[in-house]
Amino acid sequence: MSRIGVFVCHCGENISRTVDVERVAAQVGKMPGVAFATDYKYMCSDPGQTLLKKTIQEQKLSHVVVAACSPRMHEKTFRKAVEAAGLNPYLCEMANIREHCSWVHEDKQEATAKAIEIVGMLVERVKKNRVLPTITVPVTKRSLVIGGGIAGIQAALDIADCGHEVILVEREPSIGGHMAQLSETFPTLDCSQCIMTPKMVDVANHPKITLYSYSEIEQVDGYIGNFQVTIRRKARSVDEDKCTGCGICMEKCPVKKIPNKFDCNLGMRPAIYVPFPQAVPNTPVIDRDNCIKFKTGKCGLCQKVCGPGAVDYEQEDRLVVEPVGAIVVATGFDLYTIDEKPKGSMIKGYGEFGHGKIPDVIDGMTFERLASASGPTGGKILRPSDGKEPKQIVFIQCIGSRAREKGISYCSKVCCMYTAKHTMLYHHKVHDGQAYVFFMDARTPGKAYDEFWRRSIEEEEAVYIRGMVSRLYQKGDKIVVMGSDIAVGVQVEIEADMVVLATAIQPRTGADSLAQKLGISYDKYNFYSEAHAKLRPVECATAGIYLAGACQGPKDIPDTVSQASAAAAKVMTLFAKDKLEREPIVARVKEAGCVGCFACKKVCAYGAVEEKEIRDRQGNLIKVVAYVNPGVCGGCGTCQATCPSKSVELDGYTDEQIVAMIEAL
Amino acid sequence: MHSEKTKHDFEPKIIAFVCTWCTYAGADLAGTSRMQYPANVRVLKFPCTGRIDPVFILKAFQQGADGVLVSGCHPGDCHYIAGNFHARRRFAAFRKLLEFVGVDLERLQFSWVSAAEGGKWVEVVTELTEKVRNMGPMTEFKELALEEQWSGTIDTPELKEAYNAI
Repeated sequence: MSRIGVFVCHCGENISRTVDVERVAAQVGKMPGVAFATDYKYMCSDPGQTLLKKTIQEQKLSHVVVAACSPRMHEKTFRKAVEAAGLNPYLCEMANIREHCSWVHEDKQEATAKAIEIVGMLVERVKKNRVLPTITVPVTKRSLVIGGGIAGIQAALDIADCGHEVILVEREPSIGGHMAQLSETFPTLDCSQCIMTPKMVDVANHPKITLYSYSEIEQVDGYIGNFQVTIRRKARSVDEDKCTGCGICMEKCPVKKIPNKFDCNLGMRPAIYVPFPQAVPNTPVIDRDNCIKFKTGKCGLCQKVCGPGAVDYEQEDRLVVEPVGAIVVATGFDLYTIDEKPKGSMIKGYGEFGHGKIPDVIDGMTFERLASASGPTGGKILRPSDGKEPKQIVFIQCIGSRAREKGISYCSKVCCMYTAKHTMLYHHKVHDGQAYVFFMDARTPGKAYDEFWRRSIEEEEAVYIRGMVSRLYQKGDKIVVMGSDIAVGVQVEIEADMVVLATAIQPRTGADSLAQKLGISYDKYNFYSEAHAKLRPVECATAGIYLAGACQGPKDIPDTVSQASAAAAKVMTLFAKDKLEREPIVARVKEAGCVGCFACKKVCAYGAVEEKEIRDRQGNLIKVVAYVNPGVCGGCGTCQATCPSKSVELDGYTDEQIVAMIEAL
Repeated sequence: MHSEKTKHDFEPKIIAFVCTWCTYAGADLAGTSRMQYPANVRVLKFPCTGRIDPVFILKAFQQGADGVLVSGCHPGDCHYIAGNFHARRRFAAFRKLLEFVGVDLERLQFSWVSAAEGGKWVEVVTELTEKVRNMGPMTEFKELALEEQWSGTIDTPELKEAYNAI
């Protein structure tokens, strides 16, 4: 006979406001098998857990049900407490009467009745729970970092400095990401290249870091501690081992006029190129869509001039499989393109403000390239249309961001600060120019941030106009910007030479397909979801995968670097152990019933089902049955629902347990 | 958000079979966002929709459920790679069988609700509750249970004939 203990939590007032917790405890206490039932203000607190442990010992409880919040929140907490009291942790279940009951209903009577039923269901379930042993698996102490921007670089360096091997995968030909494109950074106006490029070189020189640039993640198998990652190394057409980075191929390439994406299409590059002079690795790549050799079969100049013979037109994509124990995802962001809907993106540009039609309406990143000393203009602020210096410049904030009706409701977080920076850079370079900023709110929380913003107004003479722009059109070589100043209540009209749009930050195009490969969740904008917004901000709900940088949400550089170091710390915590305990929620075959049809093997996505021969003492084969490798099993239970003879069972979710719950209703 | 509460003559019993990664988390999100929905639904958590045996749906109807909801991750988003695809295929076949047995398919709903879709969870639950409430209680299995108070004696001529032939 089971002696079940039920503990009903008030959660302060979160549950007790709409659920009569005392009544729940009293009612459940009468159920067969329940030996003890009580309610308590905060079960998860130290006194709450002590009460739980003490009661288990005093009442000699055999099973425990904690009726409180979602098991996603505190199941681990209570299972740990139960274990400390000497009971197997899997004899403890949680009844979710907060997220699924008290928070979503108002009627106290109704909510209380529902709570009693929910707890009743779990009481019936827990009776069928079995003691499950913890399963230990080995940990591969190597880590994969996806994305070579500042987030990925920081995480890779931290992990590698701790002595663990790191595989850094970057989609583009060079690492550096968006930070390498920036001119100067707020709030200190450090030159971005000056603080970024040494880190890039550190990555290239680190003995523990293997850099796969121009590569993408093809497939991810396995689980925490034991992932198998297939990486596609795209054909570079240049042998990285042979190339010395002399650059003669780029000089001789006859194709010269290809817009360079790194310079926001302002500068030009040849068909064999490195995206920017400080690229790491400094190995060129052939853009096969624009190369004459690949288009017509003629040319081949680069191969002729290459001294070490590194140019290889025959090179093909290669697949590399790397075993790793942990994965840091740091894929960063894309800027919202206002004039078009990018392929694969679900957010449609709303085609306003003349972006894409008027050449002197540019976005913030293009302005960064104009202001950058290594940019296409050598750091001079010049209009893309005619190369003149703009004397009146208008910055418009919140393009796409905070526009619920246009598809993005969030704040992109960095635009207020980078626009303030832009006005300063502009004023430093065009002394007689005037900058205007149209803004909704200036959001400047952060160390020395508000001071920086104020400086742009008070010392650098930027004029801030609170209000949005209603119309913008070209008139001669000017751009007329019409808007309202809602602080004063007047209409404003500015004849500008150039307009800079602070477009929203959104996840990388294709972020969702990478998430599907990794098995991590993402929100409706495709930002990756952390396991808990406050308490587990760098971990994914999927164990062994961590997040860093803007792929999780808009972030500035200090926040990105902090999160990257935090993710690295999490990886190192994981690697501190030689063996890893995993949840024993795995499938088990009941060999007596198994007929060896292997329907389970066909549906198993993990390849965990093996064939096992059963022989008698003379060694004669009796039958072949299925065997589930507990180290490989993912624990989805698809095999159990598929098995025609019901001979495979998922521990923790057995038919018995589920039917008991259904019957309790 | 204190909406007018209307009392209904019939409160249907809805059982939801959901996966822990997407829909259960989505329902949690509805809670943390303090959205409101009818209290008729009871949630059973599974690791994956792939674990849900169609027999559970039948069992739920037998146990007096008036409506059943099965919900998991969107196609392609399965935490276990492909469990939801197996579920989808299985339930497509199972629906036909259920229809053949005589269960009104309107009582059974499949949906995809992700961890970010608290609002969709509320919509799905509210809609199904309203629909089933209008349909009234599910009586077929209860009637069957009454009919099947079988004594164990072979009393029809066909059964007798079959028995004698053995």
